[in-house]
This record gives sequence, C-alpha cells and structure tokens, in this order.
Amino acid sequence: MSYTNEQVSHLVEGSLDWETTFRMLSMPKDNSRFEQYLAALQAKVSFKDRIVLPLAPHMYIVQSAKTKQWLIKCDCGHEFCDYKENWKLHASIYVRDTEEAMTEVYPKLMAPDTQWQVYREYYCPTCGTLHDVEAPTPWYPVIHDFEPDIEAFYEEWVHLPVPERVD
Amino acid sequence: MNMMSTKEIGIGNLLESGMTLKQHRDAILERTQSTGYYNGLENLEFRDSDPIGYEKLFSKLRGGLVHARETAKKIAASPIVEQEGELCFTLYNAAGDCILTSTGIIIHVGTMGAAIKYMIENNWEANPTINPGDMFTTNDCAIGNVHPCDIATIVPIFWAGKLIGWVGGVTHVIDTGAVTPGSMSTGQTQRFGDGYMITCRKTGVNDEPLRDWLHESQRSVRTPKYWILDEKTRIAGCHMIRELVEEVIKADGLEAYEKFSEEVIEEGRRGLMSRIKAMTLPGKYRKVSFVDVPFKHEDIQVSNAFAKLDSIMHSPVEMTIKPDGKWRLDFEGASRWGWHTFNAHQVAFTSGIWVMMSQTLVPTQRINDGAYFATEFHLPKGTWCNPDDRRTGHAYAWHFLVSGWAALWRGLSQSYFSRGYLEEVNAGNANTSNWLQGGGINQDGEIHAVNSFEASSCGTGACAVKDGLNHAAAIWNPEGDMGDIEIWEMAEPLLYLGRNVKSNSGGYGKYRGGCGFETLRMVWNAQDWTMFFMGNGYMNSDWGMMGGYPSATGYRFEAHNTGLKERIAIGDSLPLGGDLDPSAPDYERHLDATAVVKRDKQCMTTEDCYDNHDLYLNYLRGGPGFGDPIDREISAIENDLNQKFLLPEFAEKVYGAVFTQDAKGVFSIDAAKTQARRGEIRKERLARALPTREWMKEERERIINKHAAVQVQHMFATSFGLSEKFTKEFKDFWNLPADWQLLEDELGVPTYGSKHRMDLSLMPDVKTVVQVEE
Repeated sequence: MSYTNEQVSHLVEGSLDWETTFRMLSMPKDNSRFEQYLAALQAKVSFKDRIVLPLAPHMYIVQSAKTKQWLIKCDCGHEFCDYKENWKLHASIYVRDTEEAMTEVYPKLMAPDTQWQVYREYYCPTCGTLHDVEAPTPWYPVIHDFEPDIEAFYEEWVHLPVPERVD
Repeated sequence: MNMMSTKEIGIGNLLESGMTLKQHRDAILERTQSTGYYNGLENLEFRDSDPIGYEKLFSKLRGGLVHARETAKKIAASPIVEQEGELCFTLYNAAGDCILTSTGIIIHVGTMGAAIKYMIENNWEANPTINPGDMFTTNDCAIGNVHPCDIATIVPIFWAGKLIGWVGGVTHVIDTGAVTPGSMSTGQTQRFGDGYMITCRKTGVNDEPLRDWLHESQRSVRTPKYWILDEKTRIAGCHMIRELVEEVIKADGLEAYEKFSEEVIEEGRRGLMSRIKAMTLPGKYRKVSFVDVPFKHEDIQVSNAFAKLDSIMHSPVEMTIKPDGKWRLDFEGASRWGWHTFNAHQVAFTSGIWVMMSQTLVPTQRINDGAYFATEFHLPKGTWCNPDDRRTGHAYAWHFLVSGWAALWRGLSQSYFSRGYLEEVNAGNANTSNWLQGGGINQDGEIHAVNSFEASSCGTGACAVKDGLNHAAAIWNPEGDMGDIEIWEMAEPLLYLGRNVKSNSGGYGKYRGGCGFETLRMVWNAQDWTMFFMGNGYMNSDWGMMGGYPSATGYRFEAHNTGLKERIAIGDSLPLGGDLDPSAPDYERHLDATAVVKRDKQCMTTEDCYDNHDLYLNYLRGGPGFGDPIDREISAIENDLNQKFLLPEFAEKVYGAVFTQDAKGVFSIDAAKTQARRGEIRKERLARALPTREWMKEERERIINKHAAVQVQHMFATSFGLSEKFTKEFKDFWNLPADWQLLEDELGVPTYGSKHRMDLSLMPDVKTVVQVEE
C-alpha cells in the first residue's frame, strides 16, 4: 500500500478525504510515509534547515543549514535548544494555578481544583504558539517527554541515510 | 483404604508425559528465557510447512470463540453483559498461556491465565484435582483479577484422558455482595469489604455446578437472578468452545492442535515486535497521569479512620522502544497503594494493556500471550499497580488503570506523529466515569443493585487529523455502547429526564476531544433506594497532546426534596435535558424552593439515600484535545457552537472566535476578526508568560518551603518512600539540598499501612505467580 505525495500533504493539512484516511487506518502501514511526510512538511516551512524529525504540529528536530547541529525549532524560526535537551526548559510558560486562571478555560465546575492539579502552558517565546499543555500536580518536574533514537530509526527501521550531525 | 491414590487423582499424569503441570510450565518458561522464543520455538514448523492449514485452524478457533461469546451472551439478563457485551472467552494451552481470545473485555486474556497459573503453581492437580467435566470459578483480585465483579469460569479441556488446555469465560456481574451495592462499589477500604471472593474454587463436576456452590453464591450477592444467568452464560460459552476444540482435533489431529497452540503464541510475540517496528519509532517516551481520591469529604463514609484522607494516585511511565522492536514499560515512581478500592494487581495492569493496544498498536484478531512475551514490565512492588499487602481493595481498579494506560497511548501517539502516521494519533482517553451505582428495593419490589454502564460511551481523544468521537468509546471495551434508554429503565428504577451531549466536555485543540454525554435520572417507584457517584472531579486523569487541552473534569449534581411529584401532577415546568452550563445552572429553576441540591466537584461519594423523584446527573466525560486551539478551523468552531458542543464564552476565550448570533440563535463566526483576535491572543500569551527557568526558581522555593496541599505532598511522599530513583530524579531536577526530604509522618494525615505490610506470598502454602519485574 502506498499513497501519493499529494495525499500525504492533504493528511498533514487535515484535508484528506475520509475514504483514504480510513484506508490508511485499516490497511498495513506504508513504509514510504516517513519520507513523504518529511517532504510535505519541508515544503511548508520557510527556513532552509532540513527537517530530521517532526515533534509536534509546529515543532521539529532540524539539521541546521549553517552548522549541521541538530536543533529543536519552531516553524516560526525560533530555535529552542539542542535536540537532546528538553525544549520546555527553553520555552515561555504560563501556569494556571488559581481558580481565576482555570475558569478562563473551563466553566468553574469543569476545571481542576488547583490545590490538586495545575495546567502548564508552554509557548514559543517568539510567536506565542502553544506547543504543549502539561496537567501535573504542583511541584512536578518538567517532563522530558521524548528522546528519539534517530540513528536507529533511520538506519535500521526506514533504511534511510542518517542526516549529518555536528555536535 | 478410603483415600484415592495418586493414580486415581492423576498427579503427574494429566499431561501423559510424566510431568506435573508445574514442571511442564517451568520447562516452557526456561526454554523461553534461554532462547528468546516462546517455548524455544525458533522455527514455526506447522505455520511454515502448512500455512493454509495453520490459518484454517486459526479461523476455526477464533470464529468459534467469537461465536460462543455472541451466542452465550443471549442467556444473560444483565444489561452489562447482554447490552454492553462485558464478557469474553479465552482459550489457553495446558500451561495457561493464552492461545486466542474472543472479542469483548479482552483484559481477561491475562487475568484468567493468571488464575490457571495459580492453580498450576499451587498443585491443584493433587488437591482439589483436575478432571474432565470440572469447573473452577475465580474472581480473586490478589492473584490477578481486575476487580471482584469479573467472575471467571474455567474449564479444563481433555482429549483422550490428556489435559490439552483450558477455556475461560468471564462476565462482569452486576453485584458482588460488597459492603455497598453495585459491581464496583466504593466505601469499603479493604479486600474484606470488596464482596464475595472466590479463589479458583472447584464449583462443578461432570459439567454440573455443585449444589453447595449454587446455594452459597446466590445468597452472597444482592442480584441472584442476574448472577445465576451470568454463570449459565459462562458455562455455556466454555462448553461450546470445549466442543469446538474437540471437533478441531477430530478433523485436524491432536498434533496439529498442540503445535498450533504454541506456535500461535510465538507468532503473537513476533507480531507485536513487527507492529512496533512498522508503526512507531525507537527511543524513550515519558508520560505521567494522576487521579484524585478525595476521601476526606463528609460524603465519603468509610468504616476506618485511617482511610479518611485526600490522596492522589500517581502513574509515571517511561516507555522504551528498542531498535529490535521489543519494548520496556517502566512505572518506577508510582505512588503506594491505598485504603480504597482503586488498587490493581500486576496482572490487571499488564493484561489490561492489551485491551487498549487492540485499539491502536495491534488491531488484529491475534491477541494472545505472545504480546506479553515481547514486553518487559517493571511494576515496583508496593505501588498501586502491584500492591504488597494482602488487604488491598480492588473493586474499582479502573479508576486509575484507564489513566495509567492512557499515558502509554500518548507515548505511542508521539511516535505515530513523528513517523507521519497521523491517522493513528490519539491524544488520550476519557476518564471513563461517572459510574452511577446503588441499590435497594427496585420497581419490582426486589432487592436490587445497579451499575449503569453508560460509561462505556465516553468521548475519545482527538486525532492529529480529526476531532475525537463524541460519546463513543471506553478504553476498557473496544465495543463501546451506551445501551438503550428503554433497557436501562427496565433494569433500574430511574427514569430519564434527559440524555444529551455534554457541552464543553471535550478538551480544546486544533482538533478537539470527543464530548461526553449526560443523563438526568429521576428515581421512580423504588423503595429504600441509595446511589453514589464515582469518578474524577478535582483532577483530570488525562492530558491533551501537543498544545491540546485536557478534557473538562467531572462534577456532581444531585437533588432531593425536589417537589417533582407535585410539579408533574400540576403540569409545572420540569428539569429536562442537559445541564448546559454548570456556571449558570438551570435545573434548579424547575425544582421547588425546598429542594436540597448538591452541586460540587466531589465526584466520589458513598451510598446515600434517594427518595422517589430525587435527581441524579450521570455525566460521562469527554476526551482530550490535540494541537493549539487557535489553529482550529472556523467552520469547526461554528459547528460546535451551533450544536451546543461548546459554550460561547470559551469559543471566545480559548479559540479566539469572534461571532454573532442571529434571532434564531444561529452562530456565525467572522473569519477576519477571528484571525486578528488570534494574533492578539499570541501576544497576550507571551505577555503573561515567564521563561520556564525563571518560573522554576519560584516553584523550587515553594518546594523548599513545602508549600503545597497535603494531598500533593502525600503523593510525592509515597512515591519517594518506594523509589530512591524517583526521589533522586526529583531532587536533581529541582536542585534541592541534599538533606531535603519529605516523609508521610510529617504531613499530619493517617499513615496506617505506610510501614507495616504483609504480602499474600507470605501466607503459608501459597505460591504467588509473579509475571513482572518488581
């Protein structure tokens, strides 16, 4: 099973027809998807850095065009940090830890009690995109969600050359 | 003279190999351990030499299992079984490893397997003996069951005198004779209040249930009619499957069947690894979830002072996907079990994962113990998911199981997203509650108990390409079905005054979580009726993903002395439909001024009295969202407003929508103004935010000063008490002084059970089965 680049682009945009989406769900996975996905995303971003791995709708691990360092980058161009670090520690944060702040986003009885749980919103310091909402207890360490093994993935799983990296 | 010899008993000869069942199982485990392949099966001889014959055998058995489930469930009268399909049948080999299972609550792949293994390890073959025609019944949560209401009947399968396997059937019964009515009652704090508990007891011989069992079991629960019909359901299904196996062996031969019953497990093991490689991405994923246990409130009545505290259950997971396609699920740092009914046995946790995975990573018919053999589990002993005390209560283990697993699903979804399989992403799951439960004398004048399974249709999490489904699913049953109003009204003395999509309950995002739903129930024609609430309220158990918000939390609404009898008689207005906006309540405008209303976040209560015409709102939660809400399409927001899936206030505040409403109440969004407003929202976000490291300095001070609610500190203290690793990571992250510590003793709350505990394995003549790294 494989799909056209156009279909994968529509998937990324959320505009793929349901019939094809359903086929993607129900049939064995298409091995070429990752390359097509990278191409679709690369065509959308305005920077020249090569996308190594997408992390979120507006966030990527990229290979810096200048230095070949792998960085975590917002699609507005903001560079957070080296790809091995926790990008949230380099973001802007707003913590909903009062009833007033919580009822900005949910009706009073439908929001957590901030004596139990808070919402931590992590924004891009440049464009204000909301990249993640954590919902932990107070005191909880900022979670380093994801440390991908990119080399093993490229080499052993999708059989692609690993992009050059300069640390 | 009056004793049977080992020859009659059959010790060491059930398998006709001279080995006991335990020796047989030990040998399989040893070969699996030493080779890495299930039972040392590096080559799948039968599958590879006769693939068509192998597949035919698979199809016959799998089809037969599903057929047995569909047929047998018609015997049940309980809507939990007959409407919701809370049953499943599973086939095992002689060692108790699962070969195949039917559809349904397939968590029991492992739970019934654990019971068989318990019988094997504790020499059931010598006493009480295992013979053709026997039946064993179990629901013991200390040896692997999820909660006591899942009653399993296990039947050995013999061929020409040789034990060749087992078949198990499980149904979720409506009442277990616990301290309070309902299948997943709360209020009891220990196993001893969890209801009737049966440990792999021989309850039938020669295919007939024993009379002592029939007499004892039916009077041990509140709902004997449902109980006995559930039992007949299980027995019928097991016997259908036993006959099926006999027919298969007649047609294909014993050798083929026995080869199949091992190779299919090895195939399942390889299948999981290949799915992991086909869909995910190697690396480490860390997620966490929590749920509230608010027991300090006056509406929680327990019999023990030591259980009266607010606490939080904590489930951090580090999921490591290895380059070879194996994975390790590590729950180091989880909080300690507690004096409530939300604890889970290790098998409930590990086996339950497959009910979730069958909806995402392994959506195949080949669910068996192979997946278990491809997975490393680390569940530290003493945590809520692997208790180290034989007193723990488990009646509503799902309170946190669903959340603990959802963290895994979020980790998998990160991998799907990064790999481009956006269609597979699920931001998380609803906390599948509220559970409406209670009992008393029903509309037929009989002692009764209820547990509304409407919770099997909560909102699903958002996907990366579409919204979550409204009121559609539950993580614990892949066949979500809310059931028909008419059936519930027959089963419960509770009339429906409304059944509506729950507005604003789905988590916000570019794609929103599915909304839950709410039903307003009025007590009718009951006597001495009680009900209680069970769900999350002060906390959300699931997060959103990649900028999406968690779903709304729960709240409760109940009303007494409503005056509805008179209002109905005189044709006055009535509370009907949904509780659209709990900040501006409307139900109260249709109740008498004498009404006593409870409207708050205490979503966990114990049995309370309800008169006829009292009200109870059953609010089923929504799912979490995906992506930044200000990326949401205008037309999707407009649709949500017009369908009352979203309250206008939050369309404005969260989505930045600028809209008008015409005389007919139809909302229209101004795209240009919304675009401009969203630009302002970005600026407002940055204006109120701090660099994360700056905020961390403030938070660190709060930790140093121990400034947090007691329940938060209690959660950390119990996790610290069980895990040096978690403690070190916490202290390192916040750069705390070396002598900083947090102990339960300093919190001023009951610490009963924090130091002195006794595990089931310490009881004489008991060998527990450990299937995880502890």
